[in-house]
Amino acid sequence: MKKISLAVAAVATMVSSSVVSAYADPVDDKLVIDGQEMITRAPAPEGHPFKEVLSGWLFREPETRELEADSFQNSGMLYVERGQEIWNTVEGSKGKSCASCHNDAAESMKGISAHYPKWDADAKRPINIELQIDKCRTQNMGAEAYKFDAPEQKALTTFIKYQSLGAPVKLDLKQGEMQSWWDRGKKEYYTRTGQLNLACASCHEASMGKHIRADHLSQGQANGFPTYRLKQADMVSLHNRLRGCIRDTRAEMPKPFSDELMALEVYVTWRGTGLSVETPAVRQ
Amino acid sequence: MNLNRRQALALSAGAVAFATTGFTALPANAAAEETAKRITEFAGGKEPGTGKITLTAPEIAENGNTVPISVKVESAMSGDDMVESVLILADGNPNPDVATFNFTAMSGVAEATTRMRLAKTQTVYAVAKMADGSTFVDKKEVKVTIGGCGG
Amino acid sequence: MAAKPKPRVKVPKTAKAGETIVIKTLISHKMESGQRKDKEGKIIPRKIINKFTCEFNGEPVFSCDMDPAISANPYFEFRAKVPESGMFKFSWVDDDGSVYTDEQKIEVS
Repeated sequence: MKKISLAVAAVATMVSSSVVSAYADPVDDKLVIDGQEMITRAPAPEGHPFKEVLSGWLFREPETRELEADSFQNSGMLYVERGQEIWNTVEGSKGKSCASCHNDAAESMKGISAHYPKWDADAKRPINIELQIDKCRTQNMGAEAYKFDAPEQKALTTFIKYQSLGAPVKLDLKQGEMQSWWDRGKKEYYTRTGQLNLACASCHEASMGKHIRADHLSQGQANGFPTYRLKQADMVSLHNRLRGCIRDTRAEMPKPFSDELMALEVYVTWRGTGLSVETPAVRQ
Repeated sequence: MNLNRRQALALSAGAVAFATTGFTALPANAAAEETAKRITEFAGGKEPGTGKITLTAPEIAENGNTVPISVKVESAMSGDDMVESVLILADGNPNPDVATFNFTAMSGVAEATTRMRLAKTQTVYAVAKMADGSTFVDKKEVKVTIGGCGG
Repeated sequence: MAAKPKPRVKVPKTAKAGETIVIKTLISHKMESGQRKDKEGKIIPRKIINKFTCEFNGEPVFSCDMDPAISANPYFEFRAKVPESGMFKFSWVDDDGSVYTDEQKIEVS
């Protein structure tokens, strides 16, 4: 028992004190995907704790960076292709597909995802791409909402976000009550939680660039989600990753798309303002 | 940090749950012996030579579930100077077998890349067999890192 | 992914006679290793793609016998010497006997 509690305490100590190993610079490298250069460094928006926002790609090893830079080797592209099939598939009682209303996604969805989450006046809360898809499915297609992290939800979200590849992230906080959701998300970001007593900021702000065991801690940006993770060899949605981080602090996990996680998504996405949408990014 | 017995048990159960997502590895010696046996079998009972074959693998793999590896064998790929196959083995996995690449004159160059799983830090071997029966080996140790909080 | 495994193949559209070209292939597949356990502690049975082959105009170019240590969504990159115009044929054989295939034409000048 002693060993286990010591091990847990060690992780907590590593992050909460200065025992974290040496800082390692993010690499000085350019991410070019199919001839298009991604913005992996951007001046931070006003009120941001950092001067510069950095893509998680800059914190990865050369082999992982190469997997994202080559759109053929990037296994996330398999999900883009699957998403395209779903885009064109008729479902639900109204006999419609996504394409029935939105035609060619390369035109209609171009750049759109860079501005999500956005305010939804009907729901009176911010919605992300997953919730926008569900809204379309239930209201316009007469189909059921997807179960959280259903393969179809991940594939279609990946496909739609991919249409914004390269577009800089920019939220409109003036819409509806976006600002108050941003405020709530910010509060959550800095609130320590779980048995390990860690906040998002403990790792991704105070220890950014340092190593937690063998992981090079990034700024924890959201611009590459859904992301192809080598660990799962699968697409990982943003809310899955947020829940995973919260689980790792040994706290209760909020439900996907709950107010708590939507507020956090608004705030975390804003922290990546100016970075290119990199979906499907490749991470460790 | 004080944990009572129940909390500590819950945590250790969590650790086991994480472990089951990967491989359960054999004792190191058994896997290494099995690997040596496979190499000797493939080489027809002889000790493979060195040179000619190059195995490229990352020194540190960011995640053991997806590790890119490449092999290249110097060969004219015609007549006697011909690579027939390359056996890939890993001496720390539950089973050392990874893959066998089979080449032909139509390959032009005996070179191939794939991605493999490594259960832990271990040595990866690549053994080339030529048309005349001679064999050549190269190996690389790949360190498999453990992520931050199991995330 | 639950959907049927779908191959992706990258072959140059054109080449010079006798040129050695680079071919890349990727296919969606979980490559269930047979080493994992489910939530009840039962072993999840092995189900992998165990063989990949590439032929050009009916002649073997490259093949690979795969074991469970190959990562999910198997990726291959290899070379091929193209003497003439023709057709590359790619196939992946699943443990359950299914065969997934793709074909790509190349013009040789």
